[in-house]
Amino acid sequence: MIKLQGKTVFSGIAIGRISVFKDPDIAVKREHVDDTEKEWKRVTDAKAEAINELGALYDIAMEQVGESGAEVFSVHQMMLEDEDFSDSIKNIIETEKVNAEYAVATTADNFAEMFASMDDDYMKARAADIKDISNRLLKILCGVKRSGVSDNEPSIIAADDLSPSETVRMDKSKVLAFVTRHGSSNSHTAILARTMNIPALIGVDFDDDAVDGKTGIVDGSEGVIYIDPSEELLETYRKKQEELLRQREMLKALKGKPTETKSGRKLNLYANIGGVSDVAYVLQNDAEGIGLFRSEFLYLSKEDYPSEEEQFKVYKTVLQNMAGKKVIIRTLDIGADKQIDYFKLDHEENPAMGFRAIRICLERPEVFKTQLRALFRAGLYGTAAIMYPMITSVEEIREIKSIVEEVKAELTAQNIPFNPDIEQGIMIETPAAVMISDLLAKEVDFFSIGTNDLTQYTLAIDRQNSKLDRFYNPHHEAVLRMIELVVKNAHKEGIWAGICGELGADTTLTERFVNMGVDELSVSPTFVLPIREKIRAME
Amino acid sequence: MVKFNYVITDEVGIHARPAGLLVKTAQQLSSKVTISKGDKSGDAKKIFSIMGLCAKQGDEITVTVEGENEAEDAKTLEAFLKENL
Repeated sequence: MIKLQGKTVFSGIAIGRISVFKDPDIAVKREHVDDTEKEWKRVTDAKAEAINELGALYDIAMEQVGESGAEVFSVHQMMLEDEDFSDSIKNIIETEKVNAEYAVATTADNFAEMFASMDDDYMKARAADIKDISNRLLKILCGVKRSGVSDNEPSIIAADDLSPSETVRMDKSKVLAFVTRHGSSNSHTAILARTMNIPALIGVDFDDDAVDGKTGIVDGSEGVIYIDPSEELLETYRKKQEELLRQREMLKALKGKPTETKSGRKLNLYANIGGVSDVAYVLQNDAEGIGLFRSEFLYLSKEDYPSEEEQFKVYKTVLQNMAGKKVIIRTLDIGADKQIDYFKLDHEENPAMGFRAIRICLERPEVFKTQLRALFRAGLYGTAAIMYPMITSVEEIREIKSIVEEVKAELTAQNIPFNPDIEQGIMIETPAAVMISDLLAKEVDFFSIGTNDLTQYTLAIDRQNSKLDRFYNPHHEAVLRMIELVVKNAHKEGIWAGICGELGADTTLTERFVNMGVDELSVSPTFVLPIREKIRAME
Repeated sequence: MVKFNYVITDEVGIHARPAGLLVKTAQQLSSKVTISKGDKSGDAKKIFSIMGLCAKQGDEITVTVEGENEAEDAKTLEAFLKENL
């Protein structure tokens, strides 16, 4: 078994025979000609035919992938009609007294070189377009028949690079995946793979003879291709593929559908994310918002405190990408199992009950204020909400509020635009917060129950300690009753309550949560649709 | 001769698709249209010439329109740029 790494341009799983796709080599010879006029006529005839072919490809592509994928062929037509391109060919034929093929190939090389030398990845990728149009001309000039996937068996297509016309002309029902040595995420192959919904890898360094005809597994999520995989691995991937297909089917059936029971009780079904790149999964899985944006990654991936500007940009990007859907950002939650060197926190015997989360923020208001400034500023770009972790008392909330007021006053004094009306809520993850949730509800706009910590604190079981596994019952009645109490107290004060811990994604509890009156569930993006399915099946 | 400046706002710049549209638009005009960026300039009726400018988001380009209909043609181009780039 060989495992090769590449870069994914479209994810998914494909299992099948690998077929190496090679364009017939067109060997261009330099030949002396006397009748240059005749050579030029050959070029203009070939050009006319090529433009016709492109017109036909445009129509096919329009049908297969729509205008965005088809446009390239109309650009190719324009490139063929470009005066500079033609002038160069004509000039070479006339001055060097050479054959049409040679003149076309030389001109194409020069033009491709111009693009390849640009310091812009997108433009660099356009060198492939030049190659595509010149190959088209050369094939017509040399009378070479088109190549294509002739096999009847659907296969994983491996190639050096694929031109747009090659990808469009392939019989799509025979293509399981694309794997190329070259190409870029801006290439047409990538665009087509995305529209066709099949996995595609680029930058894979394979050997033609070593892969052709072999069985392969393309794993788009990891960006790898396995050649000659073991039966065991095949079985694993068959299962994964099935799961993925099921997911896709579910997506089709549930995408855009409201999360509500048959009797019409609606819930907000949001997703948890830990970074900007996760937003793609949120949207793919059709979550209605982000219920927990863990801001720690901004701090964890750095050598020093992230600046206000850095944070602002990240929050703004996420808010803009979510286009008005709610994004609940949790303020810094480090300590316990998440340690950061530059915070210079002392070693603790019992970090889970130690100096962490809001406790650090209240103790070091300058760190907290930087984050709050960034949040209130970014609030102008979408529907943001702020959530404070590890709350145990009303006093803490009052302290937070006075810091928020300071931040707002400073921004106003500095004439920096911000959104003063952002929803602010707290995480309910300590038994203390549960017991005084009636008092806390008077102070904030919402509750989000963090079941992981709440369970650990309630059952006095350290989740990092595997010896305690047999005592750990995630469905412990104590925790479920706490959730019920929190929801009841929230509703008494007219605020909403949700669950953003792992328990929220447990479909065996979904029904109970809905009956308790939970208003929101925030789960990992992949659980969004299974939960929506569950809720929609409820009476 | 009519001259105006324009700053590219499109994320990718004058890439293949808008370049194609720009050429199509320019080809319908009777004026000679030159687009320049820094010390490079190109004929707006030729696709390679335009793509060769490698104009990206934030770049300022200068459009020069010459011909009998220059005033009107310049307006057409300016409207096109605002709409597409």
